[in-house]
Amino acid sequence: MASVLTNLFDGVAYGMLLFVLACGLAVTLGLMNFVNLAHGAFAMAGGYICAVLVNNSGWPFFAALPLAFVASAAIGIVLERTLYRHLYTRSHLDQVLFSIGLVFMSVAAVDYIMGSSRIFIKLPAALEGQLDLFGVGIGRYRLMIVVICGLLTLALQLILAKTRFGSRLRAAVDDPRAAIGLGINVPQVFAFTFAFGCGLAGLGGALSAEILGLDPYFPLKFMIYFLIVVTVGGSSSITGPFLASLLLGIADVAGKYYVPKMGPFVIYTVMIVILLWRPNGLFGRTAAR
Amino acid sequence: MTALSDVSTHAMASARWRPGEIAFWVLALACAFLFPSRYLIMTDIVRLALFALSLDLILGYAGIVSLGHAAFFGVGAYSAGLLALHGIINEPVIALVVAGLVAAVLGFLTSFLVIRGVDLTRLMVTLGIALLLEALAERFSNITGGTDGLQGIEMQPILGLFAFDMFGKTGLFYSLIVLFILFLLARRVVHSPFGLSLRAIRNNPLRAAAIGMPVNRRLIAIYTLAAFYAGIAGALFTQTTALASLDVFSFERSADLMLVLVIGGTGYLYGGLIGAVVFKMLQELFQSITPQYWLFWIGLVLVVMVLVGRERIHRWVLFVPNLVIRQFAGRKAVVAVPERDAP
Repeated sequence: MASVLTNLFDGVAYGMLLFVLACGLAVTLGLMNFVNLAHGAFAMAGGYICAVLVNNSGWPFFAALPLAFVASAAIGIVLERTLYRHLYTRSHLDQVLFSIGLVFMSVAAVDYIMGSSRIFIKLPAALEGQLDLFGVGIGRYRLMIVVICGLLTLALQLILAKTRFGSRLRAAVDDPRAAIGLGINVPQVFAFTFAFGCGLAGLGGALSAEILGLDPYFPLKFMIYFLIVVTVGGSSSITGPFLASLLLGIADVAGKYYVPKMGPFVIYTVMIVILLWRPNGLFGRTAAR
Repeated sequence: MTALSDVSTHAMASARWRPGEIAFWVLALACAFLFPSRYLIMTDIVRLALFALSLDLILGYAGIVSLGHAAFFGVGAYSAGLLALHGIINEPVIALVVAGLVAAVLGFLTSFLVIRGVDLTRLMVTLGIALLLEALAERFSNITGGTDGLQGIEMQPILGLFAFDMFGKTGLFYSLIVLFILFLLARRVVHSPFGLSLRAIRNNPLRAAAIGMPVNRRLIAIYTLAAFYAGIAGALFTQTTALASLDVFSFERSADLMLVLVIGGTGYLYGGLIGAVVFKMLQELFQSITPQYWLFWIGLVLVVMVLVGRERIHRWVLFVPNLVIRQFAGRKAVVAVPERDAP
């Protein structure tokens, strides 16, 4: 029984991590309808920046995390202003080709600079080992992830639902032309959102070095996971992707633990079935945009 | 003039062989004779060209964006490998066709999944199917050989006459003949009324359905045909290299394939063939500069091509050949103008 709960907790932590990694993509892909396969590259950038700061420059882990966010967001906004901006109106094929190209470049560049082996981030001692809560083993690191990601999710929900920026974003997504007519600076809103999503991915990348493993092929390996979160979760709110990532996290951990031989087989099958059953995602809006 | 004969005149006119096309194939055959030391790389190009031709059928003519076309390539490769390994069908040509048919069956079955939904769902479903097959091949490693791949494949002589030699001469001519035959078939298909209806569907599925085209049935048909082509390309891969491993299903293979087709241009059949030549040359070039990091340059090519605009690049590249052809064959004869891709 205890091992079931431990697995469940690991699954939740994994799922929350996936959510932080993928929620930026939920905006670009789900709301702005831009097929950005290079989202994982921003996560990888954040992870590597954090690793360099902690391992080489001796920064404390918790100081490096915000910097991973800021740096990824900065990379994101530069790329958005220089490259992505021109591709919003292009065909999906162009967007796919462009972002695959970016992924290839980032993989080779990181391989060149940092080497091709997996890297680890030195964790503070407080985050190692397990807590014992009522006989259930809970990893401290995973607990921290759950806390951070949970707070971030709440904050995101509040920003989207309650703030002026949130309503601007929703308006810009629902009908860009009408939003421009109302005096909303739509490109600016998109650029800011894109950068914020990239920053979150970078933070997720820094957090995931311990759990998912960080190497130059990270963007390719986890691309499908991010896409699953967004397509299965739908794009009408952030609740959909959140639930989808929890589901995916728990299913993946349980699958690897209980039926290790089936490998990732289960997840791909479930994804295809869900997409056939509801092409707009489990929690998506009914009408295709 | 009735509507039907109108269509057929139009189709006949556009299906006529142009001087440029004949020159292309003569040149291809000449290369096979001129560079005897380069058989292996030329075989590689021919295989890739056939694979790209298969993607062109669904992407260029039907507008289906697929991220998992390697699925059919892999199925063809493993089918041919297993047939030869267990001595079920020893004759390479028959094994080739059988492998293609296996892939076509898979294509037919999965086409029902692909025609549902819009672009994004299609991307995910095609990608998912390829990943699924890769996971399956890894899971059943007792059949597929797992990460080591199928080993000890021995190919029998083609038609019992031409044995595969170690320089790859037989392999090259075999692949070239297969490519040419399948190209003729594809050419016939896309210039038929069926091919014209596919283009109508690509440009606007709703209108196509409104004038009475069975949109879904047409898409299923072309998807199955493309799967057959990809299967044959995979089988050629196994037969000419005596090798089949897990990477036949890999995402990079599907992604590279898109690059090949995009370099050459979609929707006029030669795109895949020209793209394969250019891609392999680029690959050789980049690998000679930076052996380990050529992926970076491939990525850069993709990004630049998209940012500059694919059509614009093709216009620049085709400018000189078109000029030459016009001098010889009059104003109207144009080598090839890539059509616009799916809107």
